[in-house]
Amino acid sequence: MLDQVLSSLSDGIVLGFVYGLAAMGLSLIWGVMTVINLAHGPVIALGMFGTYLFFTQAGMNPYLAILLVAVLGLLFGFVMYGVAVHRVLNAPHLSTLLATFAINMILIGIGTAVFSTSPHNVDFSMGSLDAGPITIPLTRLIAALGAVLVTVFLYSFLYFTRPGKAIRAVANNREAAELMGIPSAAVLALSFGLGTMLAAVAGGLIATFFPFTILSGGPYELKSFVICVLGGLGNPLGALLGGLILGGLEGLVPAFMPVSWVPVVEFGLFVLVLVVRPTGLFGAK
Amino acid sequence: MRKTRLWLLVALAILSLILAGTSMAQKEKKAAAPAAKAAAKNVVIGFTASQTGKFNVEATRQIHGLSLWMDQVNAAGGVKLPDGSAVKFTAKFYDDESKKERVQELYTKLINEDKADFLISPYSSGLADASAVIAQQYKRIMITCGAASDSTYKKGYTLVYQTYTPASRYLNGALDLLSKMDPKAKTIAIVHEKDKFSTDVVNALKTYAESKGYKVALFEGYEPGTTDFAPFINKIPAGVDAIMGGGHFADTSTFAKQLYEKGFKTKMVALLVAPPEDKFAELGDAAYGIIGPSQWEPQVKYGPEGAKAMGIEYFGISVADFTKEYTAKFKEPPTYHSAGGYVAGLLLEKAIATAGSTDTEKVKAALDKMDIMTFYGRIKFDTEKSHGLQIGHDMVDIQWQRDEKKNLVKQVVWPEAAATAKPVFYHAK
Repeated sequence: MLDQVLSSLSDGIVLGFVYGLAAMGLSLIWGVMTVINLAHGPVIALGMFGTYLFFTQAGMNPYLAILLVAVLGLLFGFVMYGVAVHRVLNAPHLSTLLATFAINMILIGIGTAVFSTSPHNVDFSMGSLDAGPITIPLTRLIAALGAVLVTVFLYSFLYFTRPGKAIRAVANNREAAELMGIPSAAVLALSFGLGTMLAAVAGGLIATFFPFTILSGGPYELKSFVICVLGGLGNPLGALLGGLILGGLEGLVPAFMPVSWVPVVEFGLFVLVLVVRPTGLFGAK
Repeated sequence: MRKTRLWLLVALAILSLILAGTSMAQKEKKAAAPAAKAAAKNVVIGFTASQTGKFNVEATRQIHGLSLWMDQVNAAGGVKLPDGSAVKFTAKFYDDESKKERVQELYTKLINEDKADFLISPYSSGLADASAVIAQQYKRIMITCGAASDSTYKKGYTLVYQTYTPASRYLNGALDLLSKMDPKAKTIAIVHEKDKFSTDVVNALKTYAESKGYKVALFEGYEPGTTDFAPFINKIPAGVDAIMGGGHFADTSTFAKQLYEKGFKTKMVALLVAPPEDKFAELGDAAYGIIGPSQWEPQVKYGPEGAKAMGIEYFGISVADFTKEYTAKFKEPPTYHSAGGYVAGLLLEKAIATAGSTDTEKVKAALDKMDIMTFYGRIKFDTEKSHGLQIGHDMVDIQWQRDEKKNLVKQVVWPEAAATAKPVFYHAK
């Protein structure tokens, strides 16, 4: 029994890092411009396919591919922001929701046409790490490590650089930030780009150990919402910790009850946090 | 203001009159259509295809199979009837987006607006089950393909006929194979997708396994769309002799990959749906040793001699010709989904030829009596308690093995009579 708990928990927590990374993208965009990015899922899926294409077509190492995917993700985020989000930013909330939902549908539609909905697989294995009852594939460990690295990068960017500070200022109070001479449009585009980049990177990392389809982003998008509520908005560390909690739960719960109870526990927690601490466990604001 | 309102009213009245006029004209046109059709003996076959959504790969192959049959039968001049006329076939179909809600709406449309004479089911047990209700309600014969669930045929339908071996017999062959490979094996773990088809399969498997004296050490289902199987793999007790289950392509291949990564040690892994697909080989080492039941494989040896030995008629194309022509037309070898689509049309063709008519009642009588051998295997339907259930056709089990050049190849390993290679034990690293 202990063996099972240990191996389940380690599996869950390792995966939790990547959940956290995916949620960070959603959390950043949500926190800075109160836009709920419904295109988050397909962007994660695009990150998966980007890595897949570089790996299969160019024979690139998947981790190198993820770096390229990150750059492309950032650029794609700028485009998405410029085309669909910027114009409706000051309209009622429903407009941004609909705009990003439209992008979601377009991406899924194009993705289905190009890649079909059959699963793709980055056939890349680095073996597994064995430690007593625990067996963890190295690809997952590296993904967890990658998630930590990106968190550190994002945290230092937000807290120790001028553009990062500008993002936090705009998140806090856009009008005041504009009065201080911060070009809010550029800052918003940057945040959206960064959010998209994080989602794409998370997708790339996931692609190294799970097969995926263009629809695979959906479950991570849903988990990202829960994590955002758990961890609080706009705080990368909060998102990472939220991801770890979620991953840990996903590992731990099945050891004691049928796996189908996991969402019940997860979303139960979601409601509980909303009631008790609406700003999230590690909320910034 | 009042004047514009008046004008608006007048315009609306005129518009509604025009609309009523055109819709009446359309109704008249429709009423005239069936008479013209009867003279030309053109039969409309209606179906929905999951061109988008999660079933699009399997559904596309099924439709390819069906369209190959239709092209061939029409090119050969159609089905000759005793009165000297020939029946030709036209396909009418819509995209159901792999969604149940769309299926019922579209089949109603196919029957009422497109005047479909016969129906073919969509891919997957869930969608086929949804469409069967409509077929029965509007008294149209439906041949189901890509749908193995038993439960559809326990609802008292009289016009729905199954081409696939039903779910209740899907994994039994793998269990027989296990007892042959290791007579001392006694425990199995079942992890399955919680959809209609997989649940039907594993429930039957559990009953069968227990009747054979096996202990089912774990019996647990996962939600469709699951990507992380670690929680399930962690729950499988060490030392089980076989892991069976799975669901559809995406989840099953993920399950196989993670089983391999976790280094799970067992003697046999037999999973649903995914292993027979050629794409499964993309899993590389993780695919090695995995067994999967298949409705049909290009290597099968069904032919006129076998039919003669069984004392039944062989009807239609040969296995080799089907494989050759399908590959030539669609640039990929056929899978069992393709064969299922083709055979659905072939059955209708045979039934119409036997009945000498396209009349629903007469074709139904021909289907009820049908017992034939085809390239796809034997076809015979239950006509009693589970009307329409397939009782003639048998599964084959395939296994991924390595050839001399160390490439992954698919071999038929069960039943012994059809085997192209000896089975090997599952090796995880």
